[in-house]
Amino acid sequence: MNLDYTPEQVAYREEVRAWVDAHKADAPALHGQWTDTSWIAGRRAWQGALADGGYAGVTWPQEWGGQGRSPVDQVIVDQELVRGGVPNILDYIGLGMLGPCIMAHGTSEQKQRYIGPMLHGDEIWCQMFSEPAAGSDLAALRTSAKAQDDGTFVLDGQKVWTTNAQFAEFGLCLARTNPDVVKHRGLTMFVVPMDTAGVSVVGLEQISGDAEFNEVFLDGVVLGPEHVVGEVDGGWACALTVLMNERLSIGRDVTGFRMDVDRFPPPIAADAHARRDPEVRHRLGDASVDLLAVRFNGLRALTALQSGQVPGPEAGLAKLTMVEAATRAADLVVDVVGPSALDPSSEWYHVVSYLPGFRSAGGTAEIVRNTVGDRVLGLPPEPRSDKGVPFSQQRTDGPVEAR
Amino acid sequence: MNLDLTDEQRLLRGSARDLLAGRGTIAAARAAITDPSALPDLWSVATEMGWTGLLVSEEHDGVGLGAFDAMLVLTELGRVLAAAPLLGHLPASVLADRGDAALASELAEGARRAAFVAARPPGDVEGGWTVERETGAGRIPAPVLAADGTLSGTTAWVPDAPGADVLVVAATREDGAPVALVVEAPDATVREERTYDATRSLGHVTFDGSAARELPGVGADELAEAWYLAQSLLAAESLGAVETALEMAVTYAKDRTTFGRQIGSYQAVKHQLVDVLKLRENAYSLIVYAGLAHADLPGELPLAASAARSGAGKALDQASRTCIAVHGGIGATWEHDAPLIFRRAQISRRLLGGVDDATDRVAGEVLAAASA
Repeated sequence: MNLDYTPEQVAYREEVRAWVDAHKADAPALHGQWTDTSWIAGRRAWQGALADGGYAGVTWPQEWGGQGRSPVDQVIVDQELVRGGVPNILDYIGLGMLGPCIMAHGTSEQKQRYIGPMLHGDEIWCQMFSEPAAGSDLAALRTSAKAQDDGTFVLDGQKVWTTNAQFAEFGLCLARTNPDVVKHRGLTMFVVPMDTAGVSVVGLEQISGDAEFNEVFLDGVVLGPEHVVGEVDGGWACALTVLMNERLSIGRDVTGFRMDVDRFPPPIAADAHARRDPEVRHRLGDASVDLLAVRFNGLRALTALQSGQVPGPEAGLAKLTMVEAATRAADLVVDVVGPSALDPSSEWYHVVSYLPGFRSAGGTAEIVRNTVGDRVLGLPPEPRSDKGVPFSQQRTDGPVEAR
Repeated sequence: MNLDLTDEQRLLRGSARDLLAGRGTIAAARAAITDPSALPDLWSVATEMGWTGLLVSEEHDGVGLGAFDAMLVLTELGRVLAAAPLLGHLPASVLADRGDAALASELAEGARRAAFVAARPPGDVEGGWTVERETGAGRIPAPVLAADGTLSGTTAWVPDAPGADVLVVAATREDGAPVALVVEAPDATVREERTYDATRSLGHVTFDGSAARELPGVGADELAEAWYLAQSLLAAESLGAVETALEMAVTYAKDRTTFGRQIGSYQAVKHQLVDVLKLRENAYSLIVYAGLAHADLPGELPLAASAARSGAGKALDQASRTCIAVHGGIGATWEHDAPLIFRRAQISRRLLGGVDDATDRVAGEVLAAASA
């Protein structure tokens, strides 16, 4: 058992660090507004520079412009970018989840067309899965894709929580092609060019006032058969590939939104009274213990990845701990600093505003507990009224429109 | 980077688990509440298995393994609520290994049994080396070595002190500087406590002008390391009991039905069990961190060992209560073994400074790092 890096990894770290030092003058600011087009342009260009340097798609196969390196090397790159105070890639959703899905399920034409520009940030991607009535229960989605006699499909419906849609060129969209079979059997995955007629993107303003994600409306969007990824009605298999890759990326901090244990103590350490206050200390100690556990949960997961294991659903537990502990720690910091920590100019304004929504990101805390309870502890699932029932006969929140 | 167990560690863990299985330790834990003689003799088992010398170097007839290896054994002991007096013996053996070859060899071979009379190292708010008091809040100064070479003072709630042959004592000189001492058991008074958890051997140790000899080469750093080793061992032992509590509760949640369903299918039950699993995973991660710190990261040892103690203590507290809750009323009766784990949790969280003190030490360490 050791935390040591191999000589090759040490050399790689030095190489990455030298590259970052040589290029960081060209980097955009670490944080910015997700609606600020000039900052986004800077982030795109920076992703291109990272790709040229070999630091985007680190674990991707070389065949597709990646480096074919290990997950540890990816972590080294992530750490060195954090250390240099520069952003990581912009399109972590495309590179982390959607690109691998296209590589696994796409046609050779699709791979040739989409992978290269994705890697370089020339074309950004968004994940059009969740809907107002389909989040935890993703397969209940209602966006319809009706096959036409000429071989095209017409998409109607609404997506939500679509990160980066405001500037994305493409979306990977899960839609229902057959409502008359069990819900996850009638889905198909599509590539949607975001400039297609009928696609509209509306920013979803969050607690902080920033709009990191969006609603995407699809109104009579016509797509040719070349936009289908995988099989028609076989979209669930593609979705599972995306979700598995989402788990692989857990623990990677590509947003620069650090929730690490050493983020929270400095404002408390700077307050001579607070740092000796027993209650403050107890709260800080309590949250720090959990955040340290998150750090070593991540290293354990990395060990598993290195030896070729795919992380199971228990990886979601670390996210639960992170959100719970970071929430307690951020509340403590604001209690100590006072209301000024909630001024938009304060970093804590962003942390405090981000955490309530982050609790549900990538799966609510409740659905994570259900999944882990069923799949890891082997507990019996809750009885379900939708099992084996065709989607069109299911009870839903309201009418299933545009069938 | 690799945080997996080595093959040797898997073997060590597996042999401990096999050896302890079928010894009736859980039944004995119950019987011992009314009849202390019901506890099986695990000291001879520990001696045969080489656990007594696990942390003593090979040149002093020990096995020369690391703290994490000992923690694996303690987890297995904790899993079956076994009463083997290693929590007191192992830290003492490490100090003897540094300063007294003959004693180290005796302790390694199990010819004599030692107990570590611990003192908590100074923190960023409370200075001085302090020990437990018998009752009441707050801590008292460690026993003091007088200029004439005799030792006086009391340390309460010392693990495995009753029946120990020799005491390895964290004390101070009259000026407050720490010193490690060896006191033969007959030269001290050990008053045994029958406790809420009958498997836990505890005693109040009083020195009254006791003859004591110094362990050469053992100073503040080594005494602090021994304190943190005790924290890590207690954390590891707690983890084992967490795992047993979780297994019991999950099994019951699959067996028991109400309203035509297994109770484990209800989210209200399932989510409680998943939260225990979450705390178990967190505690294990912190125990791994503590193991790494003992071996390679001395500067992080106070943080890592305290975090492990705090995380495992919190896990055991919640696991023992959840185990009872999932079983319903029966879980709080002697019709079930759940009360044994609850009793274990109640005593464990208050030993060696207590879980809250470990949490405070974590705060002190992260604040110090932030100010550096």
